[in-house]
Amino acid sequence: MHGLMNRAIQCFVRDTYGPPAWRDVAARADLGPHGFEAMLSYDDAITWTVLRLVCERLCKPEDAVLEDLGTYLVSHPNVEALRRLLRFGGVDFVDFLHSLDELPDRARLAVPDLALPEIEIEVGRDESFRLRCRSERRGFGHVLVGVLRAMADDYGALAIIDHEDGVAGEEVVTVDLMLAGFTSGRDFDLAGHPA
Amino acid sequence: MSAPTRRTGGHGHGGDDLAAWLGAEGTPVGGLPPPAPAGLSESDPDWPRERLGRAAQVPAALGAAALDALMPMHVLLDDEGRVLRHGPLVARLAGATHAADGVDAAELGGARLFDLVRFRRPRGLDSMDALRAAQGATLRLTLRSDERTVLAGVAVPLEKGGMLLDLSFGLGVVDAVRRHRLNATDFAPTDMAVEMLYLVEANDAVMTESRNLVERLQGARMAAEAEAQSDALTGLRNRRALDDVLAGLVRQEQPFALMALDLDLFKQVNDTMGHAAGDEVLREAARVMLGAVRAGDVVARTGGDEFVILFPGLVRASRLAEIADRLIEGLERPVQVGDAFCAISASIGVTTTAAYAETDMARVTADADAALYASKNDGRGRATIWTPQEEADRSILGAAGGRVTLRPLEDRPEPG
Repeated sequence: MHGLMNRAIQCFVRDTYGPPAWRDVAARADLGPHGFEAMLSYDDAITWTVLRLVCERLCKPEDAVLEDLGTYLVSHPNVEALRRLLRFGGVDFVDFLHSLDELPDRARLAVPDLALPEIEIEVGRDESFRLRCRSERRGFGHVLVGVLRAMADDYGALAIIDHEDGVAGEEVVTVDLMLAGFTSGRDFDLAGHPA
Repeated sequence: MSAPTRRTGGHGHGGDDLAAWLGAEGTPVGGLPPPAPAGLSESDPDWPRERLGRAAQVPAALGAAALDALMPMHVLLDDEGRVLRHGPLVARLAGATHAADGVDAAELGGARLFDLVRFRRPRGLDSMDALRAAQGATLRLTLRSDERTVLAGVAVPLEKGGMLLDLSFGLGVVDAVRRHRLNATDFAPTDMAVEMLYLVEANDAVMTESRNLVERLQGARMAAEAEAQSDALTGLRNRRALDDVLAGLVRQEQPFALMALDLDLFKQVNDTMGHAAGDEVLREAARVMLGAVRAGDVVARTGGDEFVILFPGLVRASRLAEIADRLIEGLERPVQVGDAFCAISASIGVTTTAAYAETDMARVTADADAALYASKNDGRGRATIWTPQEEADRSILGAAGGRVTLRPLEDRPEPG
């Protein structure tokens, strides 16, 4: 698994539950004092071990932890860069949802060896969307639910977002848009912070 | 499904006028058949197969809205180079210096192109004839109101006179977007400007992560190097670090003094009071040595109770005698370990580069050791310094004379 994914779990635990919580997990997983390096790659097994240990440490089911991770990735100030990169996907929430099928390409554009699961978008009637994700292991769908809930907030859209398990390991995230302009959302200045 | 709303409303001539200017509607060129009706198909007998695709006639003029959507940075010029119409983004670019938010259409409409922009490529281009000559070629220009934003452009002549100039941001897109507070809806969806901004920002984020990694690795490497060069118990340098510095001084032919120092009675401390007490005595001895030398001197632990001190730039016997005297005095001070006191002493041998025509590392080390053995033969707590004959005079020693002996170079044992 790419270091960025592992690093995301590490920062999520550290920023949300405090450094001691992460130190516990890191010690039990036999990680070094710095934990994961964002720009290196790790064996997948390490990621799943760490995830299991995080769930145990927080006494939460994996689905909930992954969803919180997704929300953290968009809403925490320490990972503001990621929120901004996601906002480049679209000018409003619907535009953003439509851009999700190019998410793996966008990720590769930034980090050539970063592989994200493919997302297929089905547009239904009445502003409803079904996002089908296929990955090697179930779980990404829950991260996506967290990301989408936070992105809906970010764009100021009101949407109902849910997770379903599809066939053959596929995960389906459903999005029902209630109100596109529910709030004014958060600012997004295309040029970022003044240089 | 709401499509993203984009800035509309360019400025200047409206749709009908524009169609006439662009002149494509119903005016086939060169005797081609009239434009195809809506819903044409390949089998349409009025639309010959060989005329489809790139060979096809343009079926209709572009309306103002189409022009704004496709080319938000277009400028439509008459034959005199006056601005007839321009896209919404052009107004924003020019407007930033005039007003807080955009500029009135009338301000640019009718203005002369060459009063608004300065051409950099072709350099100095300032007439419509020259612009016509450069049709289709890559243009580089800046707005006179914002010389920092370099724009790329291409101009094509229109059938009924005048030219259409389309502009885009070049590599300065990030700065331009910041200066003019542009957002994604200012650009045509096909424009890669927003993707470029994404890429710049993604690249920046990734570079930051990579730089952090490199810095951490560099820190770890320096720590590992320091560790490889130091003695774990005392924190002093080890033999390897000493040899590195010594080799450097010899290579650069720098003067220095080399001092060999053995702790006396240390073995007894270890044997009678245990290793923990011995370790404490060694740590205290290290503190004494560091306190007695200058900041740039190198104090190394080279064996159990053996030390070597290197004094770069110092060869004066009287000064070295003072230091040796101070070292022995300090090391003889009893060290408290638990309830007990441990008393040790030290023997010292010194040689300096003043003793050699050409400095050889092995010879210097052997001579310092020989001086140390001479001190041991004199009894505990003594120091010996090899000195050229003319300096080997006890009178220069002063107070240090009680512990330190200067011996002439001639008394050194022959090497080998």
